[in-house]
Amino acid sequence: MGSGSSVNVNYKYSLQKSENAFKAAVLIQQWYRRHVARLEMRRRCTWRIFQSIEYSCEQDQIKLHNFFSYLMDQFTPSSSKERDFISRMFISGESYKEAELEKYCDYESIEVPDSYTGPHLSFPLLPDHATALLEAFQQKQQLHARYVLNLLHETRKHLKQLPNISHVSTCYSEEVTVCGDLHGQLDDLFLIFYKNGLPSPSKSYVFNGDFVDRGKQSLEILVILFTFLLIYPKEVHLNRGNHEDHMVNLRYGFTKEVMQKYKVHGKKILRMFQNVFCWLPLATLIDQKVLIIHGGISDTTDLEMLEKIQRDKFISVLRLKKRKESSRKPQIEAVNGESEAGTDAAGNEAAPRLSLQPQSAQAPNTANRLEFSRWLRQTVQEQIDTCRRLMDISESEPEELTYSSVVSLKDVDEPCWTRQEEWKQVLDILWSDPMPQEGCRENKVRGGGCYFGPDVTEKFLDKYSLQFLIRSHECKQEGYEFCHNRKVLTIFSASNYYEIGSNRGAYVKLGPDLIPHFVQYQANKTAHMLTMTQRISRVEESAFRALREKLFAHTSALITAFRSYDGDNTGKITLSNWATAVESVLRLGLPWRMLRPQLVRSTEDGMLEYKSWLDDLAMEQRSQEHIQSSLLEVIYRNRSNLETIFRIIDRDHSGLISFEEFQQTWKLFSSHMNIELTDDGINDLVRSIDFNKDGNIDFNEFLEAFRLVKQRPS
Amino acid sequence: MLTFYLRDGLIAEIEKKITEAFEVFDRESNKTVDGREIGCIIRSLGCFPNEAEVQELLAKIEEPDGFVHLENFLRVMTEVLLDRRFQPIPEDVILHAFEALDENKCGYITKEDLVKHLTEEGERFTQEEMEDMLVVALDPETNTLHYRDYRTKLVVDETKIFPFNV
Repeated sequence: MGSGSSVNVNYKYSLQKSENAFKAAVLIQQWYRRHVARLEMRRRCTWRIFQSIEYSCEQDQIKLHNFFSYLMDQFTPSSSKERDFISRMFISGESYKEAELEKYCDYESIEVPDSYTGPHLSFPLLPDHATALLEAFQQKQQLHARYVLNLLHETRKHLKQLPNISHVSTCYSEEVTVCGDLHGQLDDLFLIFYKNGLPSPSKSYVFNGDFVDRGKQSLEILVILFTFLLIYPKEVHLNRGNHEDHMVNLRYGFTKEVMQKYKVHGKKILRMFQNVFCWLPLATLIDQKVLIIHGGISDTTDLEMLEKIQRDKFISVLRLKKRKESSRKPQIEAVNGESEAGTDAAGNEAAPRLSLQPQSAQAPNTANRLEFSRWLRQTVQEQIDTCRRLMDISESEPEELTYSSVVSLKDVDEPCWTRQEEWKQVLDILWSDPMPQEGCRENKVRGGGCYFGPDVTEKFLDKYSLQFLIRSHECKQEGYEFCHNRKVLTIFSASNYYEIGSNRGAYVKLGPDLIPHFVQYQANKTAHMLTMTQRISRVEESAFRALREKLFAHTSALITAFRSYDGDNTGKITLSNWATAVESVLRLGLPWRMLRPQLVRSTEDGMLEYKSWLDDLAMEQRSQEHIQSSLLEVIYRNRSNLETIFRIIDRDHSGLISFEEFQQTWKLFSSHMNIELTDDGINDLVRSIDFNKDGNIDFNEFLEAFRLVKQRPS
Repeated sequence: MLTFYLRDGLIAEIEKKITEAFEVFDRESNKTVDGREIGCIIRSLGCFPNEAEVQELLAKIEEPDGFVHLENFLRVMTEVLLDRRFQPIPEDVILHAFEALDENKCGYITKEDLVKHLTEEGERFTQEEMEDMLVVALDPETNTLHYRDYRTKLVVDETKIFPFNV
């Protein structure tokens, strides 16, 4: 009785205890798993936000195209000043012949002062120079303009001898390291060299394009890569990316970076870079088995054609607008616009051949509006297409190239047309993206290249007896990603691309067995120390900030959309309608109901007072009160395009435009946007900005004044 | 009639929420997700199922190739939400759960005990899950989990985002 029952009690007690412990474990696990799932959802939503905003930015270019179309077709200038102004927008910079380039961008006359403490380069380059450069850049020193230009000249000489497709063999160097997009993030390059070693006779590298733009040290990256290219020409291989293109650089930061760092010689340096970029090889082939290109392929990609084309002709490679006419005029007539080609009502017409001489930007000296418009349409059609290329997404009709696609060609004497197919080959290689579905279709999001499916990959690999493709061009959370049944590898080397903690960078190593080995990294000490939750929160904050900015930029359209759900004018709408309305305006394809708690703080009975919500958004953006709010909105929405236009106008890259130019730009823009804008409105706007000198506006300051220049949170 | 109308509106809204969550995990934009992510999706919709419950649900909708189609998921999940199944675990219940593992009632659990309980009992944690939890939960100096603080921390993080309301 006694001991028996106490054993029983003990047994029961411990049984119960372990039962309890078991149940407790289940509860804790259940609770924890919920927490992790939430984190995962947040992480993915954040990623979606960044991607949708990034790609919608590329659609800004479409709007720019519409603006230029509008100018072309409908706007008639009311003064000769306006005419001059507009024509400056359309006539591109001068083009240079080879010899002129050498002369214009010469470096020998540039003296390096004794006070210069940076690295000195002498040619031919030696490994010591590379080390000196690396150290110098780590110390945040700057290479003297003379050496930059010298380096670019030598690089160009070297690149010219290279074929369009570089060949690499693993039997010489045993292992090849392939790196993806760097986008001006020097820290990532340093990290790669630190982890993997510097290029050397026993260490081969392939850098797969997009060395510049977005990050702040594009210049340093190029200097380092070109230096190693010249020291170890057999071991270092560079592919061209879609950002190695001066039209893209205008928008995405490289142009600005160079001009800020080299105030005196920046223009020359940019001109040389523009030239060097078009001499970069288009692809690299490893052991005849692995093809490395920056973007991707299409169902028409032809390696034989790619090998034969003259790659340097494609100074800027973007889409062509289709032409309806097939007849050709051999030459653009004089500036007075006496082309025989007819002009139809919409201003489209037979494509005159591109004039290759540097254009003198003289509009006809007549007050006749009609003739001016005609002149505008006829004479500058070609140059406009440069801009159109940035944004055109004409629909599925087949395109006909009837004239040269490139504005600034180098050599006047060569035949100046390129076949459309050649051009498309290059475009596809640099801009395409893989997609999960089969087939091949136009890449409307980017405005260039196409989306290619696993069947396209399969066929291509088969045709050329290749094993797989390596490409870059798209940011991946882990730094790399396989698709198409492991036949396509995306490698992306810019870590923390969207924000600190957003993604890792990676590089891939291939030995003679061609089995890929990956190394991942994240170039930021703080990122390592943060917990996953903290990292996610931080990236999230950044994403939502960007999203709120976008919402603010569409205030008017949002109000209209909300009102359509608020028939009784109560000032409130349901949260469900909020989500639908927001998507209809922003069209980002985001899961708004999931994101809503981060965007909408206070609701009453599931209803939102939309006007005060929008007011809160506006306050956050710290708008300047005396500026018309609709004007501010338009600025926000179009700032990327505005910046691009300003840079196009600012021919000498000085960063300054005159007050009048600014005013005129605004007038044009606002009439296009159907915004009522008084002169007072513009004056108010301008008065709030500091004038540097003589009625000139430093447009960087202007953009800064409205917090349009994004600062990376430190 | 009114209740039908209200209920329809409610269902429509629920379906939109479910679809949104589903699409976040729909890698190929073809209205299918990998079955292994279903648990994540269900949980991010505000539910607290345990693994057995997730598997039960999955069994109803998983295709032979391991994928789940949106329409099936919608059907099943709408009911779950309307019935308010898999309700959240109240904070004090979690606290008691931790306390049950804290034999000496000292306010913390040692790393060894925690690992033992969570990887060997209940619906066992994988190695990865355990490590992930330890990184955040453990006090590195003493190698113990102070569960009150930990619980509060997670609760705070949670309520910041995605409070689910039907």
